Amino acid sequence: MTSALRERLVAVAVRVAGISAIALLLVIFFFLIQQGLPALAEVPLPDLIGSRWYPIEGTFGLVPLVLGSLLVTLAATLIAVPLGVATAVFIAEVAPRSVREVLKPFIEVMAGLPSVMLGFLGIAILAPELYHRLGLTTGLTAFTGALLLGWIAIPTIVSVAEDALDAVPRGYRDGALALGANRWQTIWRVTLPAARGGVLTAVMLGIGRAFGETMAVMMVTGNAAVIPRGWGALFQPVRTMTATIAAEMGEVAGGSTHYHVLFLIGILLFLISLAVNLVGASVVFRARTRAERILS
Amino acid sequence: MNARRQRQWTQRAGFGLLTLATIVTTLPILLIVLLILQRGLAAITPEFLLAFPSDGLRAGGIFPAILGTVLLTFTMTLVVAPLGIAAGIYLAHYAPDNRLTQSIRIAILNLAGIPSVVYGLFGLAFFVIFFRMGTSILAGALTLAIMTLPVVITTTEEAVRSVPNSFHVVSVSLGGTDWQSVRRILLPQGLPGILTGVILGVERAAGETAPILFTAAAVYLPHLPNSPLDPTMALPYHLYVVSTQIPGMPAGVQYGTAAVLLILVLLMNVIATVIRSRARARRRW
Repeated sequence: MTSALRERLVAVAVRVAGISAIALLLVIFFFLIQQGLPALAEVPLPDLIGSRWYPIEGTFGLVPLVLGSLLVTLAATLIAVPLGVATAVFIAEVAPRSVREVLKPFIEVMAGLPSVMLGFLGIAILAPELYHRLGLTTGLTAFTGALLLGWIAIPTIVSVAEDALDAVPRGYRDGALALGANRWQTIWRVTLPAARGGVLTAVMLGIGRAFGETMAVMMVTGNAAVIPRGWGALFQPVRTMTATIAAEMGEVAGGSTHYHVLFLIGILLFLISLAVNLVGASVVFRARTRAERILS
Repeated sequence: MNARRQRQWTQRAGFGLLTLATIVTTLPILLIVLLILQRGLAAITPEFLLAFPSDGLRAGGIFPAILGTVLLTFTMTLVVAPLGIAAGIYLAHYAPDNRLTQSIRIAILNLAGIPSVVYGLFGLAFFVIFFRMGTSILAGALTLAIMTLPVVITTTEEAVRSVPNSFHVVSVSLGGTDWQSVRRILLPQGLPGILTGVILGVERAAGETAPILFTAAAVYLPHLPNSPLDPTMALPYHLYVVSTQIPGMPAGVQYGTAAVLLILVLLMNVIATVIRSRARARRRW
């Protein structure tokens, strides 16, 4: 094989590999649509936006599942965002070098812990504890799920936000300190605002992580498909969209209405995570162009 | 002077809060890891690692689950490593700055954000049903490969990009072609970073349950898989089964399974860290 030909072949091969990312995204979407869209023909729309999820009776109201996902994700976000951002600031701006060298790999380990393991501990330890301490009727509640999800989302938030803080030019901090600000003021008024694009991305990615998590949530939220009403619902069982797919897909007949509806839920999950990601990415791109304008 | 003291007090309180938040985020995880190791190691015997389960999974060992996870991740790596590394090289070295490249980046970002259970659905529709692979190691491994692809692409691109541009310039000025520069200079120099990315991808895949639920996993099999088209037991799925699906499960089996999974994941973390720090120590730029 001549060298010129080999060059061409390699260039084409790596290009195809690159483009495969786009192709895969499209193929995934196509197959979800192909399997999920029939549900819209088989189940009348008013039923789909109904409040009862009773597959055995052929009632497929998606509202309790969507609200269940929203409730758990919202509560997890309220836990994970303040803790995650504060930890990122601590690692990037406050901690001495030696502590940082320990914390950074530890956060990486946290990110790699299998969610099924956290789910197991949720059942074995967290749920009984909450049941006794809070006097609940069951320990398997939305709140239990939100706690686990919070700690699942935290490593994502910490590592992305910490990168963003690290990327703030040294000169910003030096300028603030030279003007007489102390380190705390520099963090609050200069470094964090300068990194806010990246921090927002961190938050969006954390939300996406919590929203799409399956095993841990399925194991500890009790899986009751009821519409959560008010904050009291946080301490009752709920059922999320992801858990519904995971719990029921194994038992449905291929090609049945129930099967199609589960794929329809998959389409919803796909589209929502797409939206969350695009919002997160657009924040970064905008922030980056602004930073480039300032620095040039 | 008073204002200054107040500022100092605010700073001290603020730093205190940040420290507290860091403790709250990390300490529970540290305790969890220690707890699982402590209770799990007590249950891990040679029999537990090497025998088949018995008595409805309540006794015996978890060998088929360990082997299944090894087979799944190994097969997955065969697919995702070449594809992901090639795509990473394309983005780092070949891709022009145009619409197509931008679309590829956005696609990667979105692939990374798709919930793992949706990958499971796709694997079911595409590999299990459309390509008639059935519930099998192959279908599960391919599903995991697609899920892991963004990690491998991104880390490869970063690793290749981190090689100083002057290396490439020298290679070209000596008459090296694009491919020669990539193969002889950029790839060897970026190898530690690429390996780290692949290992982190394997680590993530080894712990995932949702993508293999409907594509590969079996609750119990009386014999080991004979071919890539057989279903398999797997560690994370086994942990799910023994912690939720079977009444009267001894805690030893649960914690033992959790500990084996945890040690596997930690081991890959350690390997990745060692590769990275050794490369950093050896680097002369």
